Amino acid sequence: MAETVPSLLAQGAAATRAAAHLPPAAHLPSVAHLPLAAHLPLAAHLPLAAHLPPAAQSADATQSATRPAAEGFDVVVVGAGPAGSAAALTLARAGVRVCLVERGPFPGAKNMYGGVLYGRVLDGLLPGWWQEAPVQRWVTRRATMVVTPTQSLTVDFRTTAWGEPPYNGATVYRSDLDAWLAAKAEAAGAVLLCSTTVTGLTRGPTGQVTGVRTDRPDGDLPARVVVACDGVNSLLAKEAGLYRHPEPEHFTLGVKEVLALPRQDIEARFGLAGREGTDIEILGCTGDVPGGGFLYTNLDTIAVGVVLQLPGLASSGRRPEELIAGLKAHPAVAPLVVGGQLKEYSAHLIPEGGWDMLPDLAADGLLVAGDAAALCLATGIWLEGVNYAIASGAAAGEAAAAALASGDTSAAGLAGYRHRLESSFVLADFKRLRRAPGLVLSERVQRRYPQIACNLVERLFTVDNPNPKPRLLAAGRAELRRSAVRARDLARDAWTALRAFG
Amino acid sequence: MTRPDRSWPEVGFDDRMATVEFRVSPKAHIVVDGYACRGCTTRECVTACPASLFVAIADGGVLFNYEECFECGTCYMVCNTEGAISWSYPEGGHGVVFHRS
Repeated sequence: MAETVPSLLAQGAAATRAAAHLPPAAHLPSVAHLPLAAHLPLAAHLPLAAHLPPAAQSADATQSATRPAAEGFDVVVVGAGPAGSAAALTLARAGVRVCLVERGPFPGAKNMYGGVLYGRVLDGLLPGWWQEAPVQRWVTRRATMVVTPTQSLTVDFRTTAWGEPPYNGATVYRSDLDAWLAAKAEAAGAVLLCSTTVTGLTRGPTGQVTGVRTDRPDGDLPARVVVACDGVNSLLAKEAGLYRHPEPEHFTLGVKEVLALPRQDIEARFGLAGREGTDIEILGCTGDVPGGGFLYTNLDTIAVGVVLQLPGLASSGRRPEELIAGLKAHPAVAPLVVGGQLKEYSAHLIPEGGWDMLPDLAADGLLVAGDAAALCLATGIWLEGVNYAIASGAAAGEAAAAALASGDTSAAGLAGYRHRLESSFVLADFKRLRRAPGLVLSERVQRRYPQIACNLVERLFTVDNPNPKPRLLAAGRAELRRSAVRARDLARDAWTALRAFG
Repeated sequence: MTRPDRSWPEVGFDDRMATVEFRVSPKAHIVVDGYACRGCTTRECVTACPASLFVAIADGGVLFNYEECFECGTCYMVCNTEGAISWSYPEGGHGVVFHRS
């Protein structure tokens, strides 16, 4: 990009980045009633035009042969989460003039997640990323726990390999990660516009997307391609009709507590040293509500939370914070979290339907990526989203750049996006694991199998002298009978699991 | 051996919400049609909203406060009453701000 970003925008961006690192105490709700000016970076009061590069305000046809003269940006990316920043970074590197619009005061302000960034997807985009990424801890211990109200059974794996380059998973705060990724896009030449809510799409005479409307004065941003990375609720994908049936059962509500504990206590409780970290996924801890729990370590906080399928939660009569309290009081979890001081409570929806809920990924002038495209994988043993967001955002950026170069930004011209996802791990994983989300949220996997597994192990390890040792198969059959799971259903679930994971 | 007491004082709901920063906009981003809610007996929003912003009232309607909203979308997703919840995002720079999530 040849344009220089106006100094006002640079100041505003610096102010928002600085604000991202203020402790929450500096922003307690009591100050929420102060006048607007007290909260906003200087630049947020100005009309949109003051933020844009000069070319956006005055026609300059010489800068891009494929671009109508009046346009300032080739692409507008909506949402500076991992998908949006990966898209903007890829586009900026391809020489495309891209604006990255974020409704929060800084990237990450609106985001929370279930805890782990899997970084392999960053190797191509930002080689050596681990030397500078804002990592809390490297996950060297990964556990899956199934619980009943009184029992727990854990597969607890650890390896020193994940604590060394190139690493595997990292815990991060989203306000740090998202701001860092967006800064990479900015450094490559993207224009980051925070505190700006996109309110809708603008359309041309044949219905093609021609840009976005924002809530700024004079707030229309024209573009030849819009990349909607506007998160799980994706109002833009819905407005464009890309979702045929957004079903509530495909969504879970994630609620999380971040609890402060002294660093040495965290390391003692979880058996960690240095920057080692733990991630525990928990099944069977959400009572009547289909879902699961999680617990992971940051440097001097731990995060504990539950994910709750929406219709199950709504009909349960149980409050989300009650279900977290129930998990924290579980005998296997309580010793790990006791005494933690609540630092931040958060909530967010998660698109967990997998392949069956994926929307159309492109329309004329529009691509959709990340959570906005429901690219979040919830399959029990694998619970991932940030990596799919980054991969899909980067693929959208590449496809949009190719479409601009070819002069065809219609849905057909943008079809390279889907092809890229199909030939990558993104849609390969979603397709192969399409039956896993339904299986994981089924009543048997949620309640019966954890009970059977825990009871079986309890039988095996209960020394019941003078009775002889139990036989494994007979004990298993007895537990199945007790649980009232039909052999036919067990076989069907095993077959489904084999087809997905086998 | 008796089981050790694992319980400790849970933080109250107001204190829980006080850990979250909200840059409240003067303009409500979600509007609930209390009249439409009178026909609803299931009140999914009251149960599911993680910020507990929906309160059932005696006359059969529902009261709603937008100020401490996580902007998560749970309410409109679980709502069974057509047109009861008009949902959008707060104006730019406003609403919830997470720092350590």
